[in-house]
Amino acid sequence: MLKYILKRLLIMVVTLWIIITLTFVLMVSVPGSPFNSEGNSNEIVQQNLAKHYNLDKPYHVQYLLYLKSIVTLDFGPSIKQPNQTVNDLLGRGFPISAELGIVTIIVAVISGITLGILAALRHNGVIDYLAMGIAVLGISIPNFIMATLLIDQLAVQREWFPVATWKSPMHMVLPVLALATGPMAIIARLTRSTMLEVLTQDYIKMARAKGLTPWKIIVKHALRNALMPVITIMGTLVAGIMTGSFVIEQIFAIPGMGKYFVESINHRDFPVIMGTTVFYSAFLIVMLFLVDIAYGILDPRIKVAKKEGE
Amino acid sequence: MEKILEVKDLHVTFTTYGGTVQAVRGVDFHLNKGETLAIVGESGCGKSVTSNAIMRLIPSPPGKITAGKILFKGKDLAKESEKKMRQVRGVDISMIFQDPMTALNPTLTIGTQLIEGLKQHRKITDSEAKKRALEMMDLVGIPNPAERMKQYPHQFSGGMRQRIVIAIALICEPELLIADEPTTALDVTIQAQILELFEKIQDVTGVSIILITHDLGVVAKIADRIAVMYAGKIIETGTKREIFYEPQHPYTKGLLNSVPRLDTKGRLKPIDGTPPDLFSPPEGCPFTARCPFAMEVCNKVYPKSSNLSDSHSVDCWLQDERAKQLLATMVTN
Ligand SMILES: Nc1ncnc2c1ncn2[C@@H]1O[C@H](COP(=O)(O)OP(=O)(O)O)[C@@H](O)[C@H]1O
Ligand code: SF4
Ligand SMILES: [Mg+2]
Repeated sequence: MLKYILKRLLIMVVTLWIIITLTFVLMVSVPGSPFNSEGNSNEIVQQNLAKHYNLDKPYHVQYLLYLKSIVTLDFGPSIKQPNQTVNDLLGRGFPISAELGIVTIIVAVISGITLGILAALRHNGVIDYLAMGIAVLGISIPNFIMATLLIDQLAVQREWFPVATWKSPMHMVLPVLALATGPMAIIARLTRSTMLEVLTQDYIKMARAKGLTPWKIIVKHALRNALMPVITIMGTLVAGIMTGSFVIEQIFAIPGMGKYFVESINHRDFPVIMGTTVFYSAFLIVMLFLVDIAYGILDPRIKVAKKEGE
Repeated sequence: MEKILEVKDLHVTFTTYGGTVQAVRGVDFHLNKGETLAIVGESGCGKSVTSNAIMRLIPSPPGKITAGKILFKGKDLAKESEKKMRQVRGVDISMIFQDPMTALNPTLTIGTQLIEGLKQHRKITDSEAKKRALEMMDLVGIPNPAERMKQYPHQFSGGMRQRIVIAIALICEPELLIADEPTTALDVTIQAQILELFEKIQDVTGVSIILITHDLGVVAKIADRIAVMYAGKIIETGTKREIFYEPQHPYTKGLLNSVPRLDTKGRLKPIDGTPPDLFSPPEGCPFTARCPFAMEVCNKVYPKSSNLSDSHSVDCWLQDERAKQLLATMVTN
């Protein structure tokens, strides 16, 4: 197991390095510089600025400087807001984004699994059709449309919830809903189909033959097995929620990482782009790793397969 | 002898898109305390449906017990509520399934799966339950039970898993054990060991056993009595001796002829043809289309049971003195 974890850590570092390199290549090959949009037409000023941020150096030197900044976890100041370091921005944005993300995942997982189970237990009944109807809508409506709909219906026309910003739990409702519907729908459909399959398994019949209560059969025997595939897609869902949060944070004017990320790209604020990308990637890679570990813990067959494979 | 189970005129149907499957069409049999009854028949004749019906584990929908009685110690299980049945399952009657590779939950330890039935039905502490589980593992012949309890199903061979399934079935000391093709999925050598285990547990616990199989070799080894099933009906029943040495129904004779035996030289003769479609089973004897002795009446009217001894009865027109008479009246009409 330890060997497996070490191997995974190594792969994670390599993946991160590839992402960093690609980001760097993309960053320098996209037209535009951090100073163009500022109206600094003075060429000397621009050159001085470029020099100050090492943008006049050859690409390989810039690349090495970036790598150094990542290894030392010091991305330097933002070009756009020179009085702020990238770490400041991350430190302020991340807790908010994390809050949005975590609440969204909790909502999506709990409601998705519940819907999926209900649908499976009432297979071909009203609840099943209703739940799957909701799921199809949830999957097919993009989250920014969902956000707009929610704002229009529940914040503008009904004024039940605030339109935007991030201050109280009430402020969280609409962005979380907008962001959670898609993953919830995916989880619901997956839970339903695996649950239906698991319920026909012999071990479920055997559990019934033992005289266990339906509740025990579902929770102890069916659900655990039915959730395995759900866990495997959690990594992808987390990634989806993270990218979705870029858009949602913009729409709801939430001062999270997504906002800085999008702004930094618009402004070609290279240190911030690099900082946020590395942060997002590292976070996602770690999440995928945790999902794999969780899967191994929940499914005893996998743990042993890995042990034997060592 | 005390009857522990008496099934009377059991009918089970399945409603499907293609129509209604009449899977079990009036099954009668009984089981005496402490004996082993084998139910034999080709695949699809309704053996599993019959055993699931006794446990009331027919999936509904599509399945339904449409008529009949299942008297377990005088109590009609066909009429019991689901809640009452939960106190019967695993406690009074236990079941063993065909495939030990799929009957155990892959994500729970053997210990958990052994103990959970006990914890469900008895007020018992964890350590007592564990002690009982160890006893059971020992009884069914699993070495190092304490260590093995902590392992998962995939760490056991097929034969070992079937032993565990048997241990699970017996842990609450049921009076009746229904084993649905318990050796079909196993290697021949393992089959013999599992059959010996059945004999052993019957000696030790006195449990009555219904053994479902399509394999007459299995029957010859451990059955006391045999019921032969065909197209949703029991067409002949008798002691092992009666069925093996004086089979009366042409289908039973056909089955016996298709089993390899040491004393009969020559080729095996499998029965030609296939069983009837259970969507619209024939009104008369379902074996008519395959029967070398079929008469005109066979196809029209189902034969009454003829009792050849206290224990031996058969549903076949060849037994009936009135067959010719009845045929004559039908022809003149
Ligand atoms: N869930 C079901 N839905 C529809 N038909 C079924 C179902 N279960 C069993 N049957 C039908 O009942 C008949 C008897 O099946 P079964 O008892 O499993 O046979 P076997 O004697 O091989 O155990 C078969 O024709 C089968 O198609
Ligand atoms: S009743 Fe007729 S068809 Fe059926 S087994 Fe007897 S002889 Fe053959
Ligand atoms: Mg069967």
